[in-house]
Amino acid sequence: MLRWLLGSREAHNGVEKSAVVDIGEEQTQNPYTELSVLQGHNDIVRFLLQIDESRFASACDDGSVFIWDVQTGDILCELRGHTQKITAIVAWGASDILQGKTDIILTASSDKTVIAWDCDSVQQVQKATDFHSTVKTLLVLQSLDVWLSGGNELRVWNREFNLLCETGYFVDGGISSLIELPKNCVAAAIGKDLIIFKLSVASRESDQWDVSEVRCLTAHQDIIRSLITVNDLTFVSGSHAGELIVWDALDWTFKAVERNFSEILSPQDAPQEIKLLQTPEEISVQHLASDEESVFAAVGRGLYVYNLQVKRVIAYQKRAHDSSIQHIAKLPNGQFVSCSEDGSVRIWELRSKPLHAESVPAGFFSMWGFGKAAKQSSHAVKKPHDTGIVATLELIGNLIGHSGSVQMFLYFKDHGLVTCSADHLIIIWKEGNRESRLRSLMLFQKLEQNGDLNPRFSLN
Amino acid sequence: MIGSPDLVPFTMEEGYEEPFHGASGLPEEYTVPLFPFSQANSSPWSRLCAAKFSRDFILISEFSEQVGPQPLLTIPDDQRICGEFDLNYFSLRIMSVDYQASFVGHPPGSSYPKLNFVEDSKVVLGDSKEGAFAYVHHLTLYDLEARGFVRPFCMAYISMDEEKIMRQFLELSSDFSKASKCLKTGNRKAFANELEKKLRDLDYTRTVLQREMEEQMKADDKGFYTTQTIDKANELASVEKSIIEHQDLLKQIQLYPYRKIKEPDFQPYEPESLQDSDVPNESEQPLPPSNPEESLVEEESSLYHPRSSYTPKFIKAKSSKCFDKKLKTLEELVDIYFFTQTIDLLTSIEKRYRGDLSYLLMKQLEKGLLEQQTVSNFLFEDIATWDAKLSSMHCSNTLALVQALQNPTFLEEPGNLKNSASLESYKSSVESVPIKIEQEVFEEGNHQETAERGVSDIPDNCEFNDVDFKGSVSSSDSIEVLRTEKSVALLTHSESQPCLRLSPQPPRRKVGSRRTISEDSIEVLSTCPSESVIPEDFRPAYQIAIHEEDPDGVDVDGEQPCNSTNNEENEPSPNDLSGDPACCMGAETLLAQTGNVTPVPNDGDINKVVSVPPQSYRNMDHAFQVKFSVDRAENHSNKVSPHGLSSPEAESTYLMSSGESVRLSIEEYSDSTSYRSSTSTCSDRTPSPAPCVSGLSERHRRKAGQNALMFIRQYPFSHPAIYSLLCGRTLIVLGEEEAFVRRLVTALSIFVPNHGHVAKPVNTWMTSPLHIMDFQKWKLIGLQRGGSPSSTNILHSLNRYSRYASVLDADHKTLRCPVYKGAFLQRLADHRTQIRRGSTYYMHVQSMLTQLSAKAFLFTFCHHAHLPIREKESEESIAQRRAAFLRQLLGLSEEDSKIVEYLSELLKMHYLRESGTQLLPVLRFDYIPNFLYKI
Repeated sequence: MLRWLLGSREAHNGVEKSAVVDIGEEQTQNPYTELSVLQGHNDIVRFLLQIDESRFASACDDGSVFIWDVQTGDILCELRGHTQKITAIVAWGASDILQGKTDIILTASSDKTVIAWDCDSVQQVQKATDFHSTVKTLLVLQSLDVWLSGGNELRVWNREFNLLCETGYFVDGGISSLIELPKNCVAAAIGKDLIIFKLSVASRESDQWDVSEVRCLTAHQDIIRSLITVNDLTFVSGSHAGELIVWDALDWTFKAVERNFSEILSPQDAPQEIKLLQTPEEISVQHLASDEESVFAAVGRGLYVYNLQVKRVIAYQKRAHDSSIQHIAKLPNGQFVSCSEDGSVRIWELRSKPLHAESVPAGFFSMWGFGKAAKQSSHAVKKPHDTGIVATLELIGNLIGHSGSVQMFLYFKDHGLVTCSADHLIIIWKEGNRESRLRSLMLFQKLEQNGDLNPRFSLN
Repeated sequence: MIGSPDLVPFTMEEGYEEPFHGASGLPEEYTVPLFPFSQANSSPWSRLCAAKFSRDFILISEFSEQVGPQPLLTIPDDQRICGEFDLNYFSLRIMSVDYQASFVGHPPGSSYPKLNFVEDSKVVLGDSKEGAFAYVHHLTLYDLEARGFVRPFCMAYISMDEEKIMRQFLELSSDFSKASKCLKTGNRKAFANELEKKLRDLDYTRTVLQREMEEQMKADDKGFYTTQTIDKANELASVEKSIIEHQDLLKQIQLYPYRKIKEPDFQPYEPESLQDSDVPNESEQPLPPSNPEESLVEEESSLYHPRSSYTPKFIKAKSSKCFDKKLKTLEELVDIYFFTQTIDLLTSIEKRYRGDLSYLLMKQLEKGLLEQQTVSNFLFEDIATWDAKLSSMHCSNTLALVQALQNPTFLEEPGNLKNSASLESYKSSVESVPIKIEQEVFEEGNHQETAERGVSDIPDNCEFNDVDFKGSVSSSDSIEVLRTEKSVALLTHSESQPCLRLSPQPPRRKVGSRRTISEDSIEVLSTCPSESVIPEDFRPAYQIAIHEEDPDGVDVDGEQPCNSTNNEENEPSPNDLSGDPACCMGAETLLAQTGNVTPVPNDGDINKVVSVPPQSYRNMDHAFQVKFSVDRAENHSNKVSPHGLSSPEAESTYLMSSGESVRLSIEEYSDSTSYRSSTSTCSDRTPSPAPCVSGLSERHRRKAGQNALMFIRQYPFSHPAIYSLLCGRTLIVLGEEEAFVRRLVTALSIFVPNHGHVAKPVNTWMTSPLHIMDFQKWKLIGLQRGGSPSSTNILHSLNRYSRYASVLDADHKTLRCPVYKGAFLQRLADHRTQIRRGSTYYMHVQSMLTQLSAKAFLFTFCHHAHLPIREKESEESIAQRRAAFLRQLLGLSEEDSKIVEYLSELLKMHYLRESGTQLLPVLRFDYIPNFLYKI
């Protein structure tokens, strides 16, 4: 299209530049045919946080946090208390009795404060200010009713924002992420190391909380980029160098390692693309997600599915996006969604690989392809069986709306996908058919209410 | 190359700017013969070439007591319009048929002069010599210095098209009533002011005289009075008397609102009095209906407060002769604020009635129909329609100054009418007024009216009646009064209360009378004083007034040449119907309900001039039919008034030969129902108030239509382009030359469905890169293609969002959009269409799109197409049913279904929003492959 628009100036650039998988304009399986744009933020919207069935919070780089109604698109309240960009946001359910309804949000910011907000009364409930460095990560331990802040030191707080205990100072850039482990332990990613801390809980004997370093795991060769819990027994970490390590959550030994995703590529697959992959960030593990069986890894621009049973990558899509993937998640409806710096959101489906699949050269698909050739094709990147690739990641749709990097997304069962982006916008992607049905339903309800006698709408 | 854009400018302007001049290129046998009377400049529409004026205008004239009838001003104030038309002569004509009550003075039995709260009279008259026909609205204004305190004025809408005036009678009447009200309100105020000043003068004079008397008394102590003293005493006495008289007058004028307040159409004018801050004690402040006495007291008490602004003068015993003094101008008579208001109002009236009758009628019809379709009319209708709504709102707002309803609840409960307008309250206003009308009082049951509503839908007898009517006129005389109406509307529905439309018609009574006299070359064909609503109690009062004031007038029937027997009296209504086509015509209007006519006492002089038949239902939309049965019943049961009859035969005989009339009357009586239905027909013609906004965008429409026609002819891919617009996919017109792109965009904009009552989602010229919001906001965009770096960004964004938009490259003549295979556009945009004129094509498009929105409406509001009909019905089966509905019931192809579905979504969202649901604006799109079309 561009070529057509620009005349012949940029003849073949598009085709040569990108070999990313693409789907044509015909996306029959893509249910998202309606979108609503929410405007309000004035800077990069970095985080989204679901509060309940109909509300979510968005955190912006200008320090503001908005709470939205996903149904009406209204800004329910604006939480303004931070002066710099938000670095972490976490929800804290009131108690287990209240069905997980969140009424407290904790936000950490580069202004070295952490604020607790009540999102019903829009009040700033508590504020902690005496941090020496930016808090980069927050973790709520529901079972102990405490929260942890991770920066250059790890601190443990109770609900009233009393500092219970803290660790010493970490030089190496501080804690970048925290996860909860069984037995009152937490794992913190500090530089290349994973450090396991144990919390000794205040009890009747001693009302003194304590946090102590139990073990330091130094298996990664580069900075740990992401850290997730898979289940009670397993957690996974991924590093900048493209290492993925599966750990045992109980005894903190590593179960498996997958190093160097680029090696998965066999030479005959697409030899010319390997060169393009050689920059280090291309293999950085950007984000991890998991379901019971697999770990999904966003590695550079590619997506990989690592099966925990067979301990190997079972499917991948090495050119899932045009640039680094920011966030991935497996949705409850089975879809696998990724969003990227290229401004697009893509929906994937993991399919078992047919036995005799034909290999289609990836170069066939052109980002700029349009016109009469806009026919959907199979985009799976195939691997011979001996590499363990038994499934394919099938692109079933892409959502194009943002003009900047898509930072994060949220999925609402009843409302669809909410994405936030560096273009200051939040977009709600909805299933058009369902929305249309809902509107019809509302319409007939209204008609009934009006009893057909609404003077403005005399329908007789 | 034919399709070149350069050709457009040349082809565009031709052909539709000027009327057709002969030479259509057809063989002679196929051509329509030219209009036989056509001359150089005449069009077939100007039927009366005799007219010496070029188009309709409004004339205000006065019957001056010094110089007789004289024209005061015309609207528009343009010499060319009147041309050689003799305004003086015509003023004489129209003023000479003023037979309304202008009686003032000492009515028998009363020692003081009485003010008449005179109602306006409305007459249609024609001057066949001049080729002029006029709706004439007579009114009187009070002037302390005038003879009898009144100055007769009239406003006339003068047209060369008789039909137009007859057909628009009710609208005209209602509009002019508004203007008249405005004038009179201002006049009452000014009059009251004047009276107060006069009183002050008199008061001052009295004190001066008293002082002088005392001095004289002192001077000659001898116990007898000198002649001088006696003179002074007489003078003093006369001053005293004068004071009493003036006080009485003032009380009367102040009582006016008090009395009128009981009527819903009383118009307080608080805002004005607020404006007139220099008149602190406004004597006519609107009184709350709840406690009129109180406020009256207040007024009275405030009345004699000294005013700083006015220094009283001594009044000489003998005032100057009336011919010496200069009469007040209209501006002086009427407060200047009201005067300008009135002029504005009249100007807008003049604008509104411009143009050919058929055009007016169609416009009213169309508008009325559109208003019925509040659910779907936003889709493709002009913004002008909404503007009309807005501006009419505005209009009514400004009018509301004069016209605001005092007690709306009153309106909604017709039952209250009788109580509220009690005999007493009326009596005072009417007692002194000589009335020469016979009246029939009808009271109708609301239930019947509703029951018979259905009958009123059959089109019309009017034509017939009309012809008959005219035929019966012996038009040897140059002026014919075609119709008059005097109506009393107790019930005024202001525009601000549209809900009233649904409320049942209030019971109403009707006064019909008929007089005829043909002297002095004036033939009054009919007058129809009618009160749209008169409470029962009022009737006796009215009657009494008639008896008292003008015994002669009572016998109007007796004067009539034929047979006003009791039987006939009892059945007046059929007569009404046959009598006056114009009535039937206008009666349809909802205006009727908004009618604001005030009680009309009739002048005693009338019966010399006019014979008044019963007729005219100002307000009969449906209520109209109901009257029959009830009237009869009532008239049978209680013949309250011997005069309350307007005999059908009486009228018939006027209208046709007696034999015929008999036959007719028999028919009428034998089958009144059928008769009714046939007459009422007309009542659908103008269901809505006359549009407030004239063809504002007329030119724009024509242009757009012409350009669209051009587009369809020149671009073979017009169908997919229009399809994109109709199914809600943004169409981007890309081009370098702004004017060209703009033209294309305007052309295509007529296909863009609106999202609601907001501006069309069209952006004619954008120069910045597109954003996702733009697709949500705009459905048609003109986009700049330029050589600058920013334009590359524009193209990149275009490329990125290609999913949401179709792109029409105006420079290279290419189109990239989904394919269209449906059938609808073949008819909507046929490139071989025979339509040549832009406005015609525009209308064609409108009508096609209206069909489409009707389908969308059906689809949207068809319950089973969207919701399960069985319990636990699966989504799939509903979807199937929906598809079947679209395909089989509505006969739509896949693409056409998409259009309808999109429109349906718009309808849903609009309805939900209108009924208060908050909806997020959405952008709907499809994942459809695009195709590239080239010429």
